[in-house]
Amino acid sequence: MAQKKVIALTGNQAAAEAMRQINFDIAAVYPISPQTELMGFFAEYVANGEVDTEMIAVDGEHSAMAACIGAAAAGARVITASAGPGIAYMVENLYVASGMRLPIVLLDVNRALSAPLSIHCDHADSMLTRDTSWISLFSENAQEAYHNIIMATKISEKALFPIIVNYDGYIVSHSIEDVEILDDETVRNFVGPSDIHRIPYPLLDVKKPVTYGATAQPDYYTECKYQQHVDFLKVYDIVREVFNEFAEIADVKYDFIEEYKTEDAEYIGISMGSSFGTLKDVVDILRNQGKKVGAIKIRLFRPFPVKELAEALSNAKGVAVLDRADSFDGIGGPLFKDVSTAVMMSQNRPFIHNFIYGLGGREVKEEDFLKAFDRLERLEKGIETRDRFVEYLQVRE
Amino acid sequence: MSYELKPWHEIPVGSIVPEAGSSKVNKTGSWRMLRPVLNYDKCTHCLICWIFCPDDSIPVSPKERFETDFDYCKGCGICAVECPYNALEMVPEMEIKLKELEEQLG
Repeated sequence: MAQKKVIALTGNQAAAEAMRQINFDIAAVYPISPQTELMGFFAEYVANGEVDTEMIAVDGEHSAMAACIGAAAAGARVITASAGPGIAYMVENLYVASGMRLPIVLLDVNRALSAPLSIHCDHADSMLTRDTSWISLFSENAQEAYHNIIMATKISEKALFPIIVNYDGYIVSHSIEDVEILDDETVRNFVGPSDIHRIPYPLLDVKKPVTYGATAQPDYYTECKYQQHVDFLKVYDIVREVFNEFAEIADVKYDFIEEYKTEDAEYIGISMGSSFGTLKDVVDILRNQGKKVGAIKIRLFRPFPVKELAEALSNAKGVAVLDRADSFDGIGGPLFKDVSTAVMMSQNRPFIHNFIYGLGGREVKEEDFLKAFDRLERLEKGIETRDRFVEYLQVRE
Repeated sequence: MSYELKPWHEIPVGSIVPEAGSSKVNKTGSWRMLRPVLNYDKCTHCLICWIFCPDDSIPVSPKERFETDFDYCKGCGICAVECPYNALEMVPEMEIKLKELEEQLG
């Protein structure tokens, strides 16, 4: 039976603890705030001999991912971490990793993109990874970041797709919370031993030489991508399977989305990451005023839980999508478009509106989300009108 | 070149090539625009061209350089640059092909 202890940890400390317990073979990293501290903690474990991990200090994030790709193709269990512009610099190789179907864990300590330069949290960096065919999990707090990293390792190896675990920079990464930590043995048994034959074609199997990264001419590229497309659809079942297995050791049952008081809700707010706590508080405030509101958190961002969300939104009148990034495309934030797809597939097709908040680390207050619910209800009832789908919540006029 | 086109579900996961020697199957010499033409009178068989050839397209014995393997030579011209005796001249492939065609047609 799993032994558990509750200790006070920051998000970065909790993530480093998960990395220590999993005992990755390779960690190839380049420092960038707010990820630097995480790798600082982990480097101590490496220096003290508490892990067998070989830590490769590379010359940039593009190289970090290249090193991860090489090591993962060899058959190693691999992790890296980055944030904001570092993720942007990595993007080319993210496609290489998923196209080669390599299990790699990437921790994205969410940070805004320049310019203007900001080291603080929003989700613009992770939105760069939307179409990379990486699995993507969002964490609300240090506890979820810790759990997600352990589950991600297993999901990635089962699915043969790389995986991103997101947690909000500073808000989660540098804030101290109570975190329930599992014992080392339980975690190591859960992820299983690292063996090169976890992947079908390990480069270190010198008796069976293979070529990674070959050219595909126009007569093959479509078939390669279609196989990737079909296999990525299988990720849903694999994630559910691993979530269920994890429930047995951690007594916490995760799902693709987390619903809060949505059963009879007329108006539903949707967010990802650390702001969900605030959103739930706002739901409680409005419930006390007699309003039927609810909240949904997206945990599995890629592949997007479109069916589950369509089901959850089927009886709602209005949906407020809270985006922590802008797409600058004339439509709305990235999450808004995904949720719009789910709305199209839902029974009642509720009214949908988009709010952008929390950019570059802007503090998110209850009054911000109260404003969003109020505006949503007025729009839905026709008391107010709109000339676009997207509005900023926190702009000084 | 003709080969069987596999359906999507028969492609190895990750689009890897599951056997060695694919560079032998693909005759990359067809890309060549310039052909290294060897002047045997100038060649001393020093084998420096063999050391520099990035495509391993220069067959040699310990004492002798043989004619370039044009199935794989991409015509990069490194051998011609590195040859200390100027024994290699890069000639447009089209000129050679036209000449061959003229000879064939008589």
